[in-house]
Amino acid sequence: MKKNDVILIAGILLFALAAFGGLSWYSAASTQKAEAVVEIDGQEQGHYPLEQDTTVDIQLVDGSYNLLEIKDGKADIIEASCPDKICVNHHPVSKRGESLVCLPNKVVVEIKNGEGMEVDGTTH
Amino acid sequence: MAKKAAYMGMLTALAFVFSYIESLLPINLGIPGVKLGLANLVVIVALYTMGLRAAFTLSLVRIILAGFTFGNPASMVYSLAGGMLSLLVMVLGRKAKLFSVTGVSVLGGVFHNVGQILVAMLVMENANLAYYLPVLVLSGTAAGVLIGIMAAILVKRLKKAIGDLGY
Repeated sequence: MKKNDVILIAGILLFALAAFGGLSWYSAASTQKAEAVVEIDGQEQGHYPLEQDTTVDIQLVDGSYNLLEIKDGKADIIEASCPDKICVNHHPVSKRGESLVCLPNKVVVEIKNGEGMEVDGTTH
Repeated sequence: MAKKAAYMGMLTALAFVFSYIESLLPINLGIPGVKLGLANLVVIVALYTMGLRAAFTLSLVRIILAGFTFGNPASMVYSLAGGMLSLLVMVLGRKAKLFSVTGVSVLGGVFHNVGQILVAMLVMENANLAYYLPVLVLSGTAAGVLIGIMAAILVKRLKKAIGDLGY
């Protein structure tokens, strides 16, 4: 091996490092933050980033309501006017594609963007 | 002429066998394309003992033979792209007279992977494959160093044993 070979190898390693750094920076910059999208009867009502703690009062025209709480990066319906409370009992959601559904009120809260689930699904 | 033909035939057979051995020993690191590139050893030896035309012919024949016997048309396209770009860069690297056999081999290893990624990006129309680039550049460098050290020893000994067959 000559001195130039070592310089070449060092240069290539630097390039690989720079490419790796650049690509991870790019991918971090282009990945959109996870957010909770609220829909009533298929109509989008608003979206709320998961990283910001907030409480959203979802009011329907007929007086029913769902109270959506976003806390610690998770969305959860903590109170609702519906009779079955399935949405309230559902565990808090945070992964892309997960959703909270309240059938009586036709309210759907879906997580868009952000990290997906590690597994496709599980059964209990 | 007869000596040259015999030597060329031997190298071709050797490169073919090396391709076969590599297809039997898949290195699975989770990223396609990481491999030692044993056949490149023969191509480098040909480049240094017989010259560009022999190395080019050898590489082409090797890829076509290996593609038809234990590859598929898709793998042949990737091999061709990688092999030809790698050889082109190695020829330039050798002409530049800046590097020893090891440096040229590293260039070959790296650009073999670069060529394959470029073709894969074109074929699949997916720019995200560039994420494989850093890893494949690193693996190409490592394989290039190993192959280069072996090639340097071989070239030295072969030149002594059979004389320079260069054009």
